[in-house]
Amino acid sequence: MEIITVENLHKRYGDKVAITDVSFAVEEGEIFGIVGRNGAGKTTTVECVAGLRTPTSGTINVVADLKQQVGVQLQDCSLPDKLRVGEALSLYASFYTNPASPTDLLAEVGLDPRVPFAKLSGGQRQRLSIALALVGNPRIAILDELTTGLDPMARRETWDLIERIKERGVTVLLVTHFMEEVERLCDRVAVISEGRALAVDTPAGLIARAEGSDRVIFRTTGSVELLKALPEVASVVIEGDLVTVTGNANVLHAVVAALPAGRIADLRTERTTLDDAFLILTGHSAV
Amino acid sequence: MPATALFPRRLAITEIKLYLREPLATFFAIGLPLALLLILGAAIPDFREPAADMGGARPVDTHLPGMMILLSILTVAFSVMPSALVIYRERGVLRRMSTTPVRPISVLTVQLVINAVTSILATALMLIFGHLILEVPYPRMFLAFAGVFVLGSVTMFGIGLALAAVAPNSRVVQSVGAGIMFPLLFLGGMWLPRPLMPEWLLVVSDYSPTGAFGQALTDVLGNHAPSLLHLGVMVFWAAAGIVAATRWFRWE
Repeated sequence: MEIITVENLHKRYGDKVAITDVSFAVEEGEIFGIVGRNGAGKTTTVECVAGLRTPTSGTINVVADLKQQVGVQLQDCSLPDKLRVGEALSLYASFYTNPASPTDLLAEVGLDPRVPFAKLSGGQRQRLSIALALVGNPRIAILDELTTGLDPMARRETWDLIERIKERGVTVLLVTHFMEEVERLCDRVAVISEGRALAVDTPAGLIARAEGSDRVIFRTTGSVELLKALPEVASVVIEGDLVTVTGNANVLHAVVAALPAGRIADLRTERTTLDDAFLILTGHSAV
Repeated sequence: MPATALFPRRLAITEIKLYLREPLATFFAIGLPLALLLILGAAIPDFREPAADMGGARPVDTHLPGMMILLSILTVAFSVMPSALVIYRERGVLRRMSTTPVRPISVLTVQLVINAVTSILATALMLIFGHLILEVPYPRMFLAFAGVFVLGSVTMFGIGLALAAVAPNSRVVQSVGAGIMFPLLFLGGMWLPRPLMPEWLLVVSDYSPTGAFGQALTDVLGNHAPSLLHLGVMVFWAAAGIVAATRWFRWE
């Protein structure tokens, strides 16, 4: 079932167009990523979905009560310095008709209820923010850039937490510019660039679209001109004795078969990554 | 509890806890005016003598408590409450709350109630301790006193809300709040009692929110009816403040 549908979303602030045209649909129970670099319109998109902003045109349909059943974690939102973790969760739990147990949630995110907000580290604040987004037992959780600024360890812990959220049946709408995060977590993603959704696909599907960007890199002293004629090869770049051959998934076999044995050294291959796919799709890197 | 209540209980409890964790706010709103009333009232013998320029009333019975009530209300209305609201807006606390079933206006209501209760408490303590220690009689025209107190409080909180509405950030709201508080206390007669003001200053004072409120308090504490001019001036400033606050208040 499609739990969120966004069609031809357009958002303008005065003369400035933040979103030109964004459409996507999120299936219930999946982790759906909104990827793009800073300023692409990701946050505006999810804030429209969350009901915080009104679209200039286009339609948004969310099959849930926006206030009761959608938990939101926003960027740049903090809590009063002297509010303790446990108090924050009890307070937010009191807003909902069917809240989760604050104690269980705190155990899940691994926070001490007695610590005041001001004393929390960046990673702990993010985990508290996720707990607050979940305390109403939402059907949908909207999480905006939740691992930005975290160290790799804290980021991995946060990813584990999001996977557990998904196991509980919560649909997650995740805004990110980390391709590693997308590969690890997202079932499907919408790639947004300059206010447009350029593609909506699975991470593997995006990589497949970028077919032709597997790379074979090796050193040789001989000529590699013959490689350019091979159907598997898209391009050959020579820098001194270092050769980079780009091509489709069979490019490695083609190169090895075409060159005489013993002529090549230090051979390695690079598979197309999601970063490559993003670059090819948008013409720039995500970060 | 209905989540859309204007005054959610858990929110109120949490805000009260946070309020009490900032002891400076309660000190300046309750402790300082009370201490000033008792110390000045006890230390300055003239305050306990009938003063000719105050129509024969003792300053300790009328002018002094009037000014201290004014000080307490101005502290919460111009400083404590606006900076709390602006900090909440600045830090996204209100925005974060707007994604939940609770309405952000609940935060505003709770803040208003807590701060109003603080100034009521300060006033009650001043009346009680003033009576016990300085033998200040309780207001005989109690309903008139309560009416002036409520009207003046609405006026000051209205202006304070307008300040919170237009201030771009917490630094501005704090310095502007303090910056207008002291001239307004002066116009209210804090350092130069109104009967001693030169004619032109008295006119400015009459039309200022604090001059009107201060004189009305002094009048009812001295068992006189407040002048219609001062009541009208307060109504005007209250309306101006509330209209400005409603017009410009932003949640984010």
